[in-house]
Formats: sequence, structure tokens, C-alpha cells
Amino acid sequence: MPFSTKTTRTYSLLAIFLALRAFGNLSLAWGTKHLGETLAADPRVYIRSMAAPYIAAGIAMLILALLVRLALLSLADLSFILPMTAIGYVLAALLGKFSPLHETVSPRRWLAVALIFAGAALVSSTPQATGRIEGAK
Amino acid sequence: MTWVLLIIMVAATAASDLLQSFEMKRAGEQSVGARGVARLLRMIVERRYLLLSIVCLAFSFFAFMALVQSAPLSFAVPASASSFILETVLAKILLKEQIGVRRAAGSFLVLCGVVLLGR
Repeated sequence: MPFSTKTTRTYSLLAIFLALRAFGNLSLAWGTKHLGETLAADPRVYIRSMAAPYIAAGIAMLILALLVRLALLSLADLSFILPMTAIGYVLAALLGKFSPLHETVSPRRWLAVALIFAGAALVSSTPQATGRIEGAK
Repeated sequence: MTWVLLIIMVAATAASDLLQSFEMKRAGEQSVGARGVARLLRMIVERRYLLLSIVCLAFSFFAFMALVQSAPLSFAVPASASSFILETVLAKILLKEQIGVRRAAGSFLVLCGVVLLGR
């Protein structure tokens, strides 16, 4: 397979993965917030809640995201995928603000999200098995 | 309640990851081909710690569902990154992994971010 095709496929799968996870979380948030009963220790509430369309759709999207991530792992290195996954924290803040959830994201929270994004990307870009030489990338 | 749920979620995530890492390192290197997946599935059933790790993962997901019900999405998802901090500490203590400067610095940034989220 030509290099460019593989790169395109990797980035499109990455975009699909990030979108599925972000919108899966959003759907889950929307669904649980409009559930009418509180999710706590009772497992029956959880089982009932999965019949709610937005919760079911959210869980389906999150499962799909896992499968796309598996496909992605077969194309690209884990050390590339993991730091990229940290973009999800920023997406969650963006979706919280600009989706129908209409969350207020204070400047302090943006700063917190930026720190968490940077930290998660840094943690994820460390070598996978200690003792192995760290890649130049 | 928010922080209780977050703590349950982070503890369950960390427990799940540590159990998985511990058991898979004991199992040796695995291939993840088409045949590898079937073998992985069999291994999950056979190895007690892997099963336990999946139970922990379920707990973590249910805690996340409850968290996202009461807390804003823009809080819940970034806050879930605090598992990096706990996992880094536990990986060093329990799995005896070497923690590099980058990993330590990254965990510290996440810690700062989570503290900022909470204020």
C-alpha cells in the first residue's frame, strides 16, 4: 500500500475514533441528564437506563469507538495513537459548551483542560516498555 | 457526590489497568491477529485477574455514567484523566516500572489541571 494512502487512512480512522468517542460521551451525558431517575448504586436503574435512546446510542458509539481504535492500532503505533487520544479532553470541553448541553466553561476550566491535554499527551508519549530506546519522533 | 463518583471511577480504572498489565506481562507477548483475538478471549476467561480487570472496567463505566449525569461533560471527561496520576504512582510501587521524567512531568501537569478543575 502506498505510504500516502496509509497515512490518509490512519488520520481518517483517528478522526472517526475521536468523533465517535466525543459524541458517544455527549449522547451518554444528554441521555443520563434527561433520565428522570438518579443513577446510583442500584444496578436495576442502570439496566433500565440502557433502554433510553440517547444512552443506548451513546454506548453503541463508545463500543464502535473501541472497535475503530483496534483497527487504528493495526495501522499506526500505539505511541502515535495514545497522545492523539488526549485531544478527546479538549473535544469534551468544546462539546460541553457548544452542544445543546450549553455548559459554561470558565477561563479557569479551559486552562485546566489545556493542562490535562498537555499532561496526558506527555504521559502517553513515553516509551511503552522501559528499557527500549525512545523513538526520535 | 461528584468527587466520590470521580474517585470510584479513577480507582476502578487504575485497578483495571494494573490488573491487566500485571496479568498480560505474566502471560508474555501476545499477537493481535485474527487468530490472536480468539486466543485473547480464551485467555480472559482463563485468567482470573483479567476477568477481575473487566469487572473493574464495568464499575468504572457505571461510575462515569453517574458522574456525567450530575456533572458537566466539560468537567467529567477531563477529570477522568486523573487516572494517569494514580496509575503512574501505582505502576512504580506495585509493578516496579521505571517512571521517566516525561511521564512524571505529564502526570504532574494532569494533577495541576485536575486541581484547577476542582476549584
